[in-house]
Amino acid sequence: MTLLTVSNLTKSFGGVNAVEDVSFAVQPGTIHAVIGPNGAGKTTLFNLITGIYTPSGGRIQLEDKDVTGQAPESLAKQGMSRTFQNLQVCMNMSAIENVMIGAHLRLNQSLFAAMLRLPSIRTNDKKIREEAAELMQFVGVGRYLDAHASQMPYGSLKRLEIARALAAKPRLLLLDEPAAGLNDTETHEVDELIQKLPSTGVTVVLVEHDMKLVMNISDQILVLNYGRRLAEGTPQEISANPEVIAAYLGVEGA
Amino acid sequence: MRFNRAISLSILVLVLLALPFVLPNAYYFDLAIRTAINAIVVIGLNLLIGYTGQISLGHAGFLGIGAYASAILTTRYGLPSVLALLAGAAASGLLALLIARPILRLKGHYLAMATLGLGIIISIVLVNEVALTGGPDGVSVPAFEVMGRAITSERQWYGLIATLLVLTTWLALNLIDSPAGRALQAIHGSETAARVVGVDATSVKVRIFVFSAVFTSIMGSITAHYLAFVTPGLAGFFHSIELVTMVVIGGMASVFGAIVGAVLLTALPQVLATFEGWETVVFGIILVVTMIFLPRGLVPTLALRWRRT
Repeated sequence: MTLLTVSNLTKSFGGVNAVEDVSFAVQPGTIHAVIGPNGAGKTTLFNLITGIYTPSGGRIQLEDKDVTGQAPESLAKQGMSRTFQNLQVCMNMSAIENVMIGAHLRLNQSLFAAMLRLPSIRTNDKKIREEAAELMQFVGVGRYLDAHASQMPYGSLKRLEIARALAAKPRLLLLDEPAAGLNDTETHEVDELIQKLPSTGVTVVLVEHDMKLVMNISDQILVLNYGRRLAEGTPQEISANPEVIAAYLGVEGA
Repeated sequence: MRFNRAISLSILVLVLLALPFVLPNAYYFDLAIRTAINAIVVIGLNLLIGYTGQISLGHAGFLGIGAYASAILTTRYGLPSVLALLAGAAASGLLALLIARPILRLKGHYLAMATLGLGIIISIVLVNEVALTGGPDGVSVPAFEVMGRAITSERQWYGLIATLLVLTTWLALNLIDSPAGRALQAIHGSETAARVVGVDATSVKVRIFVFSAVFTSIMGSITAHYLAFVTPGLAGFFHSIELVTMVVIGGMASVFGAIVGAVLLTALPQVLATFEGWETVVFGIILVVTMIFLPRGLVPTLALRWRRT
């Protein structure tokens, strides 16, 4: 079954359509990229899918369930997780706590059980801490196990966000420019990391500017321009599409 | 980290055990008890302000509700003091629950203004309902009774309050190192990130606000019994500000910072009394200098420096 179906999605801000009539579908176990020039509406599309914004029109379905307009916390319960283009890391917490918070929904949230430090809280917390440490190793920030989030460099924080998203054990993971601001080595590492995800049961949708990375790892690519769908297809189809080339490079006399 | 926590808690217990042998007279006992009461209130308030990042400039209002509930219900209606305390706590909790949802939609300065208004309203009611509260003259409160035994002497009070302080510290330390506690801190760090991993930010904020209101109200009741007399000043604006200052000076998001802040702001004015009339100025200078050189508050800044050296 199709994991994510977006139909005729529209978002207007004061009369300007940031996203207009966009439709696409994501199959489980694939990596789906969303590309487009600056201001094409990629991040807005992500914010609509993950419930940060409410759509002005259209539908979003997770498998066969309509989730249009649901809040981020309720989408999280249904297996959706994401990272952010501008980091959303809790700088008041340690690195590992930032990852542990990802497992929020699997843990007992009672204030009283927590205050009395009941044995169940203690054992589960220990388990989650170990899981979080493994995830930090997995995304390649293992050396920051004892660090505070505020002590970590930008590139590592980007990966810490991926670890946090994975701690939620999502079905669908949306990565907003995971390689932005990273150097070549780091981009390559993130590239490898993302490619590992489908085999762990995580379907990936990502926004990315780094074309080499996108062409390398994506199964499907959706191209947006001025908030509209310009093209969709495999990396080969997209790189040969004249409209896409025109949007990126400009066409003389157009 | 766990290890640190056990050590810090043991030091607190040792200091509290040693104090009665050092304190020379009833005046110092009284000062120690008032300080410890403030410390307990501030630890609770710090969970809301320092950890969750939701400012309240009206928490003295909940102290007032607890204190007056205890005073009025015990003297006029003859309720046992524990029942009166619980009734006050229930009233505070209910009020907090009613206003929490609309008030916690606000952020930053707006939330500060709204909670400020709440505190002022409570304090105006206490001043003006003279028939019930005695108005500005206040009202006297009988001794606190636990299981039929009245707590009267300074030493008994010291024992009770010191026990409560250790208990509160332990509970707060447990909370912040737990899933529920991490959710609070995540809301402070990035509400968006917290919501995306499934934290229902609104309901978590409401829960901690109501909890801190109930907790503060209970401490208000205990304060009323200890002082044996309450005036509306307990619930007033200046007391709210004083409590927030203790949180900030001691250190936002630090349990022991809350204790240090309470000690400093309760004991320091007494020590400075020797400056005769200038103590407010000296006190102000100390606060300003602290905030310039230790902006994260005493305990977190010093802890950071300690780790770096």
